Amino acid sequence: MRTFLGFLSGLVFGLGLVISGMANPAKVLNFLDLAGTWDPSLAFVMAGATVTAFLGYRLVWRRSAPALGGAFDLPTATRIDRPLIVGAILFGVGWGIGGFCPGPAWTALPLLAPGTLVFIPMLLVGLWLGAHSKSLSILNPDGAFR
Amino acid sequence: MGPLTPTEFTPWMSLGGGILIGISTVMVMALFGRIAGIAGITNGVLGAVVPMGGAPRDRDWRIAFILGLIAAPLAFALAGGTVQQTVPGNLLGMAIAGLLVGVGTGLGSGCTSGHGVCGMARLSRRSFAAVAAFMAAAFVTVFVLRHVMGGF
Repeated sequence: MRTFLGFLSGLVFGLGLVISGMANPAKVLNFLDLAGTWDPSLAFVMAGATVTAFLGYRLVWRRSAPALGGAFDLPTATRIDRPLIVGAILFGVGWGIGGFCPGPAWTALPLLAPGTLVFIPMLLVGLWLGAHSKSLSILNPDGAFR
Repeated sequence: MGPLTPTEFTPWMSLGGGILIGISTVMVMALFGRIAGIAGITNGVLGAVVPMGGAPRDRDWRIAFILGLIAAPLAFALAGGTVQQTVPGNLLGMAIAGLLVGVGTGLGSGCTSGHGVCGMARLSRRSFAAVAAFMAAAFVTVFVLRHVMGGF
């Protein structure tokens, strides 16, 4: 049941990406190209998704626990630190080059475009490196300038 | 990157697709009590294959979620839809892009869904800061690639 509902959640997310046009890197890159072939669609995707999540989360959090057991597990960090900002900037540069963030890259996989087949393995390598570089002293807010 | 491909402005389809994405994030919260960040979910799946410090242990639904993402365009095509897609063809560029997206979302603990949709819906300060930083970096990158370097 958990597996089926996990699959269903991913399917709904993926259909949202396909229908909204966000599975198409050209559409994402055109959103980012204010000075050229600008396409504002991405702003409508973010608005639809964020407002739905904002309202839905508040309904869900009225319950004491998730439907399939366990407890709600939300990020607790509140500090805007160096790994957060450096990571977000690196992500933004990569997003601007390829037009893919992680979700759309997965939905693009079965279409087997050469660019996707190169992007996904490098994404996985990058995630591994990123997770292991959080402890580097240069990125540690207290150890940056020693 | 590559030849410019103009795309049609699709406000209603994009709003509708966005609402579906929002519904999925609410499903993940209601069912599993987790943030539906695709970088984080991918991290959990990766943790099943290689050692990942701090990767979540509830992998069953995460693997199924990624399979659902992969199945979506196939389901859409089976239902008679056409999946439009133009992926940049510069493979060196795509390799660099993949690496940067991976390192950046790993280090910054989130992507467009984790910080963008879920984080802003939670009114998280960290997520608002991350979204401002990655949006700014992406706008500058596309401007430089397309208008300074002349369509690299």
